[in-house]
Amino acid sequence: MMRNVAMIDAPPVAAGSAAPLDLTAIRRDFPMLRQQVHGTRLVYLDNASTTQKPQTVIDRVARFYLEENANVHRGVHWLSERATEAYEGARTTVARFLNARTPQEIVFVRGTTEAVNLVVATYGRSHVGRDDEVVISAMEHHSNIVPWQILCEQAGARLKVIPTTDAGELDLDAYASLLGDRTRIVSVVHVSNVLGTVNPVGEVVRLAHRRGIPVFVDGAQAAAHMPIDVQAIGCDFYACSGHKMFGPTGIGVLYGTSDRLESMPPYQSGGDMIRSVTFERTSYASAPHRFEAGTPHIAGAVGLAAAIDYLDAIGLERIAAHEHDLLGAATDAVARIPGVRLFGTAADKAGVLSFVLEGVHPHDIGTILDREGVAIRAGHHCCQPLMDRLGVPATARASLALYNTRADIDRLSAALQTARGLFA
Amino acid sequence: MTSDLQALYRDVIVDHNRQPRNFRRLAAGRKAEGFNPLCGDRLTVYVQIENGAIRDVGFQGLGCAIATASASLMTEHIKGKTVADADALFERVQRMVTEALDAPVDDLGALSALAGVRRFPVRVKCAMLAWHAMRAAAAASDEVVTTE
Repeated sequence: MMRNVAMIDAPPVAAGSAAPLDLTAIRRDFPMLRQQVHGTRLVYLDNASTTQKPQTVIDRVARFYLEENANVHRGVHWLSERATEAYEGARTTVARFLNARTPQEIVFVRGTTEAVNLVVATYGRSHVGRDDEVVISAMEHHSNIVPWQILCEQAGARLKVIPTTDAGELDLDAYASLLGDRTRIVSVVHVSNVLGTVNPVGEVVRLAHRRGIPVFVDGAQAAAHMPIDVQAIGCDFYACSGHKMFGPTGIGVLYGTSDRLESMPPYQSGGDMIRSVTFERTSYASAPHRFEAGTPHIAGAVGLAAAIDYLDAIGLERIAAHEHDLLGAATDAVARIPGVRLFGTAADKAGVLSFVLEGVHPHDIGTILDREGVAIRAGHHCCQPLMDRLGVPATARASLALYNTRADIDRLSAALQTARGLFA
Repeated sequence: MTSDLQALYRDVIVDHNRQPRNFRRLAAGRKAEGFNPLCGDRLTVYVQIENGAIRDVGFQGLGCAIATASASLMTEHIKGKTVADADALFERVQRMVTEALDAPVDDLGALSALAGVRRFPVRVKCAMLAWHAMRAAAAASDEVVTTE
């Protein structure tokens, strides 16, 4: 089996260098990309949904189960020590990746959705009351709308929505005017999964912090595509999903500043999150373990750390530069197809291309492209309010990752011409 | 292009998608909405029933080519039929889009154009959306029917 890994093959490059990626080596790292679908090479452009996994991640998860599997934080035996070391080592890796101050600021969760729910259930429940306000944006994923909506309904609070401009950017003036004495928290997406907009989260935080309002940033679409520095952003919370950053499904990260995490009540309760239990009284462990009741997804955390090592070895700056170039090429190629309308023209934009094709419903585009071997997403992308804002029921969406190539864009373009031809 | 795609997007389907028949709301009668939450397809089917027969039928809304063409073909096929016959046709079409690739479809006339859907299991819900709404309308249910 091919075990070439880009981090070994790639010539050494200085940190932050924009040296182009060795795509041949990178593509060799992802066994899935060798798949044939419907008799042709798979072109995977659904990376905003989930990313494929490099061999190093697959091997790391396997090695955990082969050589290290035991429960964490409990056993005195050798194997449990190894498992705990691997799990807590993964926490350190994530902390470094996001530039958290300490590993104690990293809580392992199932994914970004659970991270939002955790903050809603702990910080939200204890701080949001009657007539208070929660601020989100018009480009949020349902996972960053619905939990807040439920909280507001239960607490008698109001959900305020930052509008977007026609280019698909946050209206920062409107945002500033939404912040008030009753605002208890702001929750915004870092990179839109539909529009690709990279929101100025640092500015969002600055405006909120002037009033002492904490900010949650949904980084699901950002973490594998650009360097993330939670201290530079200044946010109180940041969340991302392992499976969108070449790691396993079922593992994700909630970053929270130590001050915030330590002041929050527990989330789920049970084993592993306590300090001592009697039938009269239980005292809780400190963060992050207070928020990790039960046996965690140890193999997932270890696999995520392997994914981060993989990303770090290539360099997020180089990955971002590659995806930026590819987005430019994809935008030009798709825009050239008659009848195409693109959504999201933000000045700062990540590798997401949403569009509709006149006379061809996005679902039909999805089916036709699939038969041409090109995997994209079609639908509302869990962003129905944003679809309403755009005035369409659905879009087709191609989303890029580090292993995509110009050849992939050519295939996308050709398949779109086929779709057009079928309905012409 | 693959033959599967040609089988799915036959001329009949493309034509009914481009120019849906009976694409209108009815002033009288009953209606029900069909909604596929996965893709956002949303169709409203109107039926006017007299003495157990469908005197008139129409639909409106937005959907993919399969959902739209299936709705259009449906209106042509159930107009004038009894509710019981329309129900039986629902069952027959549902069978057609889900059964084995080589199952015969000769008895279905233009509706047999939908047989290509059986190669695309994820599109069955699209093909059946209007049919579910029609059934709900005929049963005088005002609820939104979803494909879930």
